[in-house]
Amino acid sequence: MAGYLIRRLVYAVASVIGVSIAVFIITHAIGDPVKVMLPLDASQEQYEQMRQALGFNDPLHVQFLRFAAGAIRGDFGDSLWQRSPALPLVLERLPATFLLAFAAMALAVVLAIPLGVLAALRPRTWLDHLCSLGSLLGMCVASNWLGLMLILIFAVNLGWFYTSGYGTWNHLVLPAVTLAAAPLGRITQIVRSSTLDELGRNYVTAARARGLTERAVIMGHALKNAAIPIVTLSGWELTRLLAGFTVIVEVVFGWPGVGLLAMDAIRRQDLPLLQADVFIVGVLVVGLNLLIDLTYGWFDPRIRYT
Amino acid sequence: MATTLRDLKLDRAAAVGPAEAEQVAERRYPWLHLLRELLADLAGDRVALVGALGFALIIGLALAAPWIAQDYARQNLRLRLSAPTLTVQGEFNYHYALGADQLGRPILDRIIHGSRVSLTVGLGVVAVTCLFGSVLGMLAGYFGGWVDTVIMRWVDIQTAFPGLLVALTILIMLGPNLENMMIALMINGWMIFARIVRGVTLSLREEVFVKAARVIGSSDLRIVFRHILPNLVSPILTIAVMELARIILAEAALSFLGMGIQPPESSWGLMLSDGRDYMTKAWWLVTFPGVAIALTVLFINMLAGWLRSVSDPQQRFKKFGAKEA
Repeated sequence: MAGYLIRRLVYAVASVIGVSIAVFIITHAIGDPVKVMLPLDASQEQYEQMRQALGFNDPLHVQFLRFAAGAIRGDFGDSLWQRSPALPLVLERLPATFLLAFAAMALAVVLAIPLGVLAALRPRTWLDHLCSLGSLLGMCVASNWLGLMLILIFAVNLGWFYTSGYGTWNHLVLPAVTLAAAPLGRITQIVRSSTLDELGRNYVTAARARGLTERAVIMGHALKNAAIPIVTLSGWELTRLLAGFTVIVEVVFGWPGVGLLAMDAIRRQDLPLLQADVFIVGVLVVGLNLLIDLTYGWFDPRIRYT
Repeated sequence: MATTLRDLKLDRAAAVGPAEAEQVAERRYPWLHLLRELLADLAGDRVALVGALGFALIIGLALAAPWIAQDYARQNLRLRLSAPTLTVQGEFNYHYALGADQLGRPILDRIIHGSRVSLTVGLGVVAVTCLFGSVLGMLAGYFGGWVDTVIMRWVDIQTAFPGLLVALTILIMLGPNLENMMIALMINGWMIFARIVRGVTLSLREEVFVKAARVIGSSDLRIVFRHILPNLVSPILTIAVMELARIILAEAALSFLGMGIQPPESSWGLMLSDGRDYMTKAWWLVTFPGVAIALTVLFINMLAGWLRSVSDPQQRFKKFGAKEA
């Protein structure tokens, strides 16, 4: 157990280092960062001046050491747009992204489990086909389009929810529904197929032979054993949402999370802020993966930590 | 004498009976035979057939775009934001069947042209990631040891990247356009191929036929190409089709965020972001491009579902029951 934990931790640290190297290479070695940050009408003189001031004339390895030393201390330089350290600007946006991602995942899981189980209990009926079709559609629509359509129908025409913004429960509904569509489809399908698998096993037949109610058979036996792939997929979906899929929904609904901040940084050519944003989201994803790896054993005692 | 031993055999088989002739034909044209079997299987699966026909239709429209959708960049301010109609100035005109956008350009033509972008990006990116990822996965799975460790650590580290944000960062550094968007998507898309191919190769390496090949002295290269690669075709193809759907959605997302295709070119994601400002006045600006994305991805996913059932014996068993498996 201890060995497994240490190894996972080492992998996580290696991943964080990998993310920081990638961020550095992308923002320093491909393309010209100074050109990206300056407005189009800047003179050659201003260009040279900024290049010197930000240290881009130093050799690449010196720049990297400076970048790495800064990243360890949480110092990514000052945001050009806000004129203040970049890291706190990113951190203050995190709660909004977390709220959105967790709300969407909660919605997806809460809907997917009953839908998937119902479909598995009545395979090849209209109910099953409807579930399959619905989950397929959920996976196929582009989230930016779904968001715009929901705004058009429920905010503009019906006036039930706000078109954009942040603060109340009403603001959360449409973005969370939009973000939940794809995970909902995929989780419903995995709930259906893994429940179907478990229902065909001997222990289910044995439980029925013992005279247990259908409810006890499904809730107490089949679903419990079907939980492992469901939990695995849900964890993976949550990582996926946080790893960038909130960006589009945040832009569509003006939701002030890290994704919208990244887009603002791009629009304002604010590289230090963008670097900090990508780095923090990368660390978040690594941390979440670590957490998921560690919880596997709790759900499935058969998994040995080796 | 042009008659080879094979021809003689074929003649004899034909004389014996149609069943044996088919067996011989199967041996003679294994690929054609496989293709025929696959097509027969496809025709028997309604969902897959709809997916295949729909996807073929989209490819056909994309290829025919210069002839059927030539007006995609023609501005006509008199038709600005005009609703879907089949008659323009009293004459029949299908170009405006889905309405016109804020510059009076026909939505239908722009959607058809947009399909070229989606398919180019999708097929181009998947071709590269598929090749790169599969080769690395095969190396890792076949050789094991430190090769495996190095490649799989690399895969793990890159999987932890926030993909869309990294792609956006790459695009602001390189400048947003079609080629750079494809590069950004390629960098983020090869890991799944490496991971799956490694897994399959690992199990194939322990199979009796690979061990037998090694015993009779086959080289590594021969084992990989003659014995392992043919067994990897179906899993690779299945992931490739699913990745195609994912990349098309990613292209729409990047272009929507303004970091992909630039105007006056046409792309489904770009149309969504253009139409957003006029959404309350003209719903057709955002509705139809989104429908095009959803239909394309839907058709591809329907095909992927079938491919999975063809390549995975377990799935096949579930679908057809014991008689086929």
